[in-house]
Amino acid sequence: MGRYVIRRLLQMIPVFIGSTFLIFLMVYALGDPVAALFGDKAPDPATAARIRKDLYLDQPLWKQYLHYMGQIFQGDFGTAFNGQPVTELMASAFPVTLRLTIVAILIEIVVGITLGVVSGLRRGQLVDTSLLVLTLVVISVPVFVTGYVLQFLLGVKWGWVRPTVSSDAPFNELILPGVVLALVSLAYVTRLSRTSIAENVKADYVRTAVAKGLPRRRVITRHLLRNSLIPVVTFIGTDIGALMGGAIITERIFNIHGVGYQLYQGILRNNAPTVVGFVTILVIVFLLANLLVDLLYAVLDPRIRYA
Amino acid sequence: MPEPYDPLQPGEKEVIAPTGQGGPMDLALEEAQSLEKTLEPAGPGPQEKARSLWSDAWHQLRRNPVFVISLLLILFLVVISIWPQLIASGDPLQCDLSKSQQGSEPGHPFGFDTQGCDVYTRTVYGAQASITVGICATVGAALLGSLLGGLAGFFGGWWDAVLSRVADIFFGIPVILGGLVLLSVVTSTTVWPVVGFIVLLGWPQIARIARGSVITAKQNDYVQAARALGAGNGRMLLRHVAPNAIAPVIVVATIALGTYISLEATLSFLGVGLRPPTVSWGIDISNAASQIRNAPHMLLWPAGALSITVLAFIMLGDAVRDALDPKLR
Repeated sequence: MGRYVIRRLLQMIPVFIGSTFLIFLMVYALGDPVAALFGDKAPDPATAARIRKDLYLDQPLWKQYLHYMGQIFQGDFGTAFNGQPVTELMASAFPVTLRLTIVAILIEIVVGITLGVVSGLRRGQLVDTSLLVLTLVVISVPVFVTGYVLQFLLGVKWGWVRPTVSSDAPFNELILPGVVLALVSLAYVTRLSRTSIAENVKADYVRTAVAKGLPRRRVITRHLLRNSLIPVVTFIGTDIGALMGGAIITERIFNIHGVGYQLYQGILRNNAPTVVGFVTILVIVFLLANLLVDLLYAVLDPRIRYA
Repeated sequence: MPEPYDPLQPGEKEVIAPTGQGGPMDLALEEAQSLEKTLEPAGPGPQEKARSLWSDAWHQLRRNPVFVISLLLILFLVVISIWPQLIASGDPLQCDLSKSQQGSEPGHPFGFDTQGCDVYTRTVYGAQASITVGICATVGAALLGSLLGGLAGFFGGWWDAVLSRVADIFFGIPVILGGLVLLSVVTSTTVWPVVGFIVLLGWPQIARIARGSVITAKQNDYVQAARALGAGNGRMLLRHVAPNAIAPVIVVATIALGTYISLEATLSFLGVGLRPPTVSWGIDISNAASQIRNAPHMLLWPAGALSITVLAFIMLGDAVRDALDPKLR
C-alpha cells in the first residue's frame, strides 16, 4: 500500500510539471503581464524594463518557470497586480469554493445514487424510462441557462432563496448554487449507478443473499450497492477537481467570490501570478483526488490489493 | 455511419411486432426478438446471411424512436444552418432600437432583444455557428484522437507511454480555464480559433477510447492469423484492426459533438468564444442574461434552441451506443 502510494505520487510529477508549464506558457507567452499592468496606456520603456527585471520576466521562459516553481515550494505565490499577496486571495477564495463543492458533491452522492438505485432496480419500467430521459435533458441544458433560470424563478420571482450570495457565503446560501453546479454531474451519477446496479442485480451473490432470506434493504445496501459503486466513485473523484475549477460560471451567476471569480478576474485583467497560482493548486487538487479514488477502490472491493 | 441495411426480407416480420413497443427502453422485447432472429437461420430460410455488427445495429436503430426523432431533428438543424433563409426571411443584423425588448408581434413571433433585433431570426441564424463548430471540432478531434490513440494502442512501447502521459497532462487542465486563457488573446471573429481550441482539448478523450479498443481488437485470433499469414503492419491495421475498433470511437464522438456545441456556447457566453457580428446562441444568451427580469423571452428562445440541439446529438449518441454494444441491452 505504502509503496503503491509512493509510486503513484512519483508518477504525478511529470503530469504536474506538464500541466503547470502549459498554463504558465499560455499566460506568460500569450499575454504581456507588464503591458496589462498599465491598462490601456503605453508603458514608459525604461519603467517597463525595470519591472520586467524585478519580476524576473527578462529571463528565458523555462528559467522563469523554474524560478516561479522554486518560489511556490517556499510558499511564495507572488503578488497580484493590486499589491495583495496571491496567498491572501487564496485564503479568502478557497474556503468559499470548498464549501460550494461540498454542497454540490453531497447533492450528487445523495440524490444521484438514490435515483440511480431506484431506476436500476426498476429497469425498463416507467420510472426508469422517464428518469433516463430526464437525465439526458439535464445534461443538454447548459449550466448558465439553468443557473439564470433557477435564480430568476426561485430567487427573484418566488423569493424562496436569496438570489445572490453574500461575501461570507455560509452554507445555507450556497444550496441553490450547489444544486446548479451539481446538476449535470448528478445526471451522470444517476446514469452510471443505474447501469451498474442493473448489471449487478442479476449477479449470483445477490441471488444467494435473497435466497438465504436477508431483508431486501440489507441486500440492496450491503451487497448490491457496495459492489456497484466503483464506477460512481471514479466519476465523483474526478468530478471534485472539475467542480472546483469549473465553478467559474456558477460563481459568476450568483456573485460568489470564490476561486472561479478570482480566476475570471485574473484572466480578464491578465493578472498572471493570480492565474498561475490558482491553477497550480487546482491541478494538485485534481491529481490528489484521482489518487484518493484509486485508494478507495480497495475499501469498496477487498479483492483489489495494492502491493 | 452504418452501412444501409441489406433488405433480405426479414424486415417484413418486424412490421407486425406488438404495437406496445413504444418506448426506446423496451429492452426485454428487443432482446427476445434479436434472440429469435439468431435462432432463425436454423430453419430453411432463403440463404440467411449472418449479420455484421453494423447491419445488426442499423436494424435495431431503425425501430428506435429516440434515434429516428434525434436524426430528423439533426437533419433539420443541418439544413437550416446551411439555408437559414428557408424559414427566416429577415436579416439577423438588422435591428430597430425603437423595438428594444418588446414582446412578440405579428411577423416577429419571439419578440425583440435589447438592440431591437428580431429574436426569431437570430435564433434561426444562430444554428449555423453552433453546428459548424460542433461538426468541425468533432471531426478534427476524432481524426487526431483516433490516429494518435490507435497507433499508440497498436504499436505500444515508448510511443504509447509518452502519449498516455501527454493525455494525462491535458486532462489535468480545466477546460473552461484553458479556454479563457487561450482564447482571451484571440481577436479573430471566425469560428476557427474556437474549433482549434476544442480539438486541442478534445483529442485526448477520443485517443484514450481508440487506444483501448485497438488493444482489445488486436488480441483477436484473426489478427494473429493475419500476422501468421505474413500481413504487414499497414494491412493489419487498416483491414483487420481498424474496422473492429472504430465503433466505440464513433459513439464517443457523437456524444462529444453535443458537449462541444455546449462548450462553444459556454465560451461565447463568457465572452471568449465566438464574437459579434457572428450570430451565436451563447452571445445572445449572455446579452439576455442581465435583462432576464425585464424580458425573459430574450433568454429562453436561444437557450431552448441550444438545449434542443445538444439534446439531439446526445440522444443520437446514446441510441447508437445502445445499438452497438450488445452488453448494455
